[in-house]
Amino acid sequence: MNDIFILYDDEYHEIRKILSRLKEESNSRLVFLADRNGQAIAIIGDLDELDSTALASLTAGNVAATDSLAKLLGSKGFHSLFHEGEKENMHISPIGNHIILGVIFDEKTSLGLVRLRVKKASSELSAVFDNIEKKKERGELPSSPPPFSEITDDDIEKLFRGR
Amino acid sequence: MPFINNFTKEIHLKIVYYGPGLGGKTTNLQYIHNHLDHHRKGPLVTLPTETDRTLFFDFLPLDIGTLKGGYKVRCHFYTVPGQVYYNATRKLVLKGVDGLVFVADSQVERYDANLESVENLMENLKEYGYNFNDIPYVLQLNKRDLPKIMSVEEMLKGLRLKNEPYFEAVALKGVGVFETMEAIVKATVAKLVKGFSL
Repeated sequence: MNDIFILYDDEYHEIRKILSRLKEESNSRLVFLADRNGQAIAIIGDLDELDSTALASLTAGNVAATDSLAKLLGSKGFHSLFHEGEKENMHISPIGNHIILGVIFDEKTSLGLVRLRVKKASSELSAVFDNIEKKKERGELPSSPPPFSEITDDDIEKLFRGR
Repeated sequence: MPFINNFTKEIHLKIVYYGPGLGGKTTNLQYIHNHLDHHRKGPLVTLPTETDRTLFFDFLPLDIGTLKGGYKVRCHFYTVPGQVYYNATRKLVLKGVDGLVFVADSQVERYDANLESVENLMENLKEYGYNFNDIPYVLQLNKRDLPKIMSVEEMLKGLRLKNEPYFEAVALKGVGVFETMEAIVKATVAKLVKGFSL
């Protein structure tokens, strides 16, 4: 199994700031970040009835499938995926080996503008995640959220009592 | 890979139901989905073939509860497509798995399919570089209500791999479904917590 991915407050706020800017500058409806395992990291915009965890999971599945297709074709992977709908469109771009950036937009903007803004945001987000790695290596991040070491088997048992 | 958002105080865990085709993996998730309060669950997402078999995965997000310290535990349950020829998509679903349930089919005629699926699981884990011994694992012996089934002892002899907890089940009727789910969630949370206390 892989390491545990902990997102601390500073980086979380930084990520939300970048996503908010991307949403505003690209005039899109929704911007989200997920990891490749399908977990939503942050979402900015109008969710409405949309389920954010399903959105992240299906997007990750989509990227995983197209990555495998790329490998079949002898390529390393696709830089971005674009799904065109009747009203809404979706632009998906993998960032590094772990993260996926998704943008949902309609006729209020254009694919060209979304691509342009995504490019800028991707490099900013890359920098944030690189920085997390560097901080980890330098031991500057707490190794654990404080209360974890105090959790007992009985506390875990209690998760299911009263279901 | 467990994901912890320290700001929103959420722990996200990925749990995968593995096993041979038509063994009842999707039925497990459907039963859980149909028998929990709506505020604790997200939609059950299924990606089926034209004949209603799982093509890629089924997915069910569930709020489990809150741990001491205020951390909410949210589990993402996935099933893999069981049919042999869907290994490419099956392998993708395993990526980043935190806990595994093996849903075995108790019918005598499906025993070889169980063994083949276990072998396939081991190969796929190995290809990702995951160590099976490090991953919380629960065995479910499903379809115990059908005629021509193997005895529990016989099944355990071939399918129980590391003294993991096992449950007899009839997933269609809900027998053993929540017990299996609770066991894997507890084991996965315990593994995460212990990782921090080392």
